[in-house]
Parts: sequence; C-alpha cells; structure tokens
Amino acid sequence: MSVITLTIDGQAIAIEEGATLLEAAQEVGAAIPTLCHLKGLSPVGACRLCVVEVEGIPKLLPACVTAAAEGMVVHTNTDNLQDYRRTIVELFFAEGNHVCAVCVANNNCELQDAAISTGMTHVTYPYQYPQREVDVSHPQFGLDRNRCILCTRCVRACDELEGAHVWDIAYRGEHAKLIAGLDQPWGTVDACTSCGKCVDACPTGAIFRRGATVAEMERDRAKLEFLAQAREEQQWTR
Amino acid sequence: MDAVTQKVRLATVWLGGCSGCHMSFLDLDEWLFEVAKFADIVFSPVASDIKDYPENVDVCLVEGAVANEENLELLLKVRSRTRILASFGDCAVTANVPAMRNMLGTAEPVLRRCYLELSDGVSHKLPDEPGIVPPLLDRVLPVHEVVSVDLFIPGCPPSAPRIQAAIEPLLHGNTPLMEGREMIKFG
Ligand code: SF4
Ligand code: SF4
Ligand code: SF4
Ligand code: FES
Repeated sequence: MSVITLTIDGQAIAIEEGATLLEAAQEVGAAIPTLCHLKGLSPVGACRLCVVEVEGIPKLLPACVTAAAEGMVVHTNTDNLQDYRRTIVELFFAEGNHVCAVCVANNNCELQDAAISTGMTHVTYPYQYPQREVDVSHPQFGLDRNRCILCTRCVRACDELEGAHVWDIAYRGEHAKLIAGLDQPWGTVDACTSCGKCVDACPTGAIFRRGATVAEMERDRAKLEFLAQAREEQQWTR
Repeated sequence: MDAVTQKVRLATVWLGGCSGCHMSFLDLDEWLFEVAKFADIVFSPVASDIKDYPENVDVCLVEGAVANEENLELLLKVRSRTRILASFGDCAVTANVPAMRNMLGTAEPVLRRCYLELSDGVSHKLPDEPGIVPPLLDRVLPVHEVVSVDLFIPGCPPSAPRIQAAIEPLLHGNTPLMEGREMIKFG
C-alpha cells in the first residue's frame, strides 16, 4: 500500500493512503472533537464537529470523512475552528431539550464533553423547546428524544454490527426524528434482539438502560470497536 | 467599591431556582470569612436583611431562571444597579428544570395541569391574588435572554470550589478564567 505525506498542525506525518484526516490527526496526537464518529462504525459526517482547515481549500472539511491527501497542510485547532465548533454545540443544546441536572448521562455524556472542550459557558441562541416523544415501550431500554442529537450512531451500530436495522431517521429539518421499525414503539419491533449495542453507541442520554437514574448511565464504547474488529483479528474474547 | 470601607459591594439574588446555588454558596464554609474581609454583602436572601436592592452594587450573583413577573422586575432592577452581573448556576445560565414547563407552551396549560387536572383538593381554581402571587411569564427564560450578563457560572449547583474559583478574582478586581470541566460543566 502506498504511503502519503502531509502536515498537521506543523508536524509532518506519513500515513497509508486511504486514511482519513481524523486518523492522521490522531497519529500526531492532535485532539479533534467528534460526536457522530465512533470507531468500528462507518463514518457519516453528520455532526460537523470535527471540521478542520486545509490550506488552499476555501471551506472547512469534516476530518472523519475526508481522505488525507499528499501534501495537504492541515490545521486542527485554530480560534476560527473553535468558534465554529462551539456554535455547533450551542445549536445542539438550543434545538433539543437538554437538562443535564436531571439526565441519566450527566457526567458521562459526549455532548457535555464537547461543550467543555469548545469552551461553551452558555448558549447564545434562543432555546427552541421542541415537543419530542419519549419511548419506554422496550422492557430493558428507553429512548428520550429530547436528548437525541441525530448522530445516527445507534442506527449504524444496530445495522452494521448487530444486523438488525431497527433504527432510522424519519422526516426532515426540525421535524427529523429517530424512529424504531416503521415508526412504531421500540418494544413492538420484532427485529430488536435486545443486544444493547445502540445503548453503548449513543453519545448522549437519549438511549439508556431502564432503571438508571440521574448521572448513572455509563457505556462501554470500546465493546463496539472490539466487536467490529473481532472477526478480522480472530480475537474472540477481550 | 465602597468609598469608606474599600470593600467590594456584593449581592446575591434568588429568582426561579431551588435555592441550591445559595446553599452551595454557604458551603464555602470558613472561606466566607475571607469573603467578609474583602466584601460587604449588601443584599442577599441568605446573608442580609435588606429588603430593597441597593444602588451601586459591584458584583451580583443571580440564582434562578426568570419565571414570573416578580423575577423579571427584580432582575431589571439588579441589572440597572450592578456593575458585574453573574448568572449563578444552571437555572440562571440555561433556565434548566424551571424551563421544562416551556414544552407545554404558555403559562395557561401549566397552571391548568397543576391546579385543575392534577389537583386532589376540593376548591379547583387557578391562583389569583394580584399583588401577592406574581403571575407566571409565558416562557421561562435564562437570565442572558433578558439582560446582559458579564459572567457565567454553570452547575446544578455550582460546587463550593467552583464558586470560590469564580468569585475570588472578582473580590480583587480581576476576571476569573471560566474553562475546563471543573469550571463550566453543566449539571
Ligand atoms: S444528553 Fe448530555 S447534554 Fe443532554 S441533558 Fe444529558 S448530560 Fe446534558
Ligand atoms: S438493542 Fe440491539 S437490536 Fe435492539 S435496537 Fe438496539 S442495537 Fe438494535
Ligand atoms: S439516540 Fe443517541 S445514538 Fe441515536 S441518533 Fe440519537 S443521539 Fe445519536
Ligand atoms: S465526527 Fe466528523 S462529522 Fe461528526
């Protein structure tokens, strides 16, 4: 496989052709915040939190779905980028109903982490207070759409790792919402094996184990990455 | 700054919140003596008996969201008489739990739900005591959607160490650095 060379935050790096800018940045230790990306699932570029600047290209590029190319000069952490990223995080907070103080994921939430890493002290956009449904029809798990950021990590985990494809995103714009089956209560979807992979995939408090109360929800993200690679690496336990 | 004592004129106010932020302020324990060395508390539900918000306040910590007309009136007075206004705690910063009623739309359905539909008393009526019970605003708002805010101290409640780190610089005329998990995590 051929190798390409590029510069990230002033550091020269050689990496296999086909690697993404996110992978290349991780090689040099540049911490790019991500939300929709989860190792082991196919990248979709849904959240735009991972945007970077590439010299000579007038627009920002999402690092998780942009292939590294020969000679690129990439900046991952400029003031400009931090401003855009903070704007994205603020919009997530403004368009949903996030009440961290009473959320299962408080302290274990990647949206909170993104708010901290982008320096968000408050939300400068007016809160929308949309009406969103909660689904607790599944015997083990619950879905609170008030906290869903439509990252599709659950959709991909269920489809690509479990092969059940319970989840989809329906409707558009502000009406877009996560649906189970054919827009039916989760507990009535026969395809669901209750494997819990969507629970481990969700970055926020939207999908949770029933019975977990405020700040109790922890997830095992590494399990998904392990499952995704297990066959390839002939590694059946961890 | 008080011309005679050279102390910072500090106030705290309590709008639509649970008073947890004020309880956390009291958790500063013996560090409150330090506060007293550098500040006069000129208005506060937990540390002063003054009933009217005074003029020329240097720093005010505002707990709570803006949920009713009394909150709104007090906040406007606070803004006009205060140099540095800090949103103190998640209810002030995000409107937090008090704003969960916003998902029901205006104040009317909220009152109906609480006092009529879910009431098990005998006299089913909406509260109506002009001049005594302040009417609800249709929408609960975070403080910065109503007036300009100079400092945000998130947390539900902000821990005593976070409060200390935020106000210690203010007592000496400096601005605190609000960044990192210890200082700005919500919840
Ligand atoms: S999902 Fe995260 S950001 Fe949203 S309320 Fe829960 S802890 Fe807060
Ligand atoms: S529990 Fe498993 S099968 Fe059911 S929706 Fe989640 S990922 Fe899909
Ligand atoms: S439920 Fe969770 S994983 Fe699924 S789209 Fe919403 S935030 Fe993403
Ligand atoms: S992490 Fe790249 S777009 Fe979401």
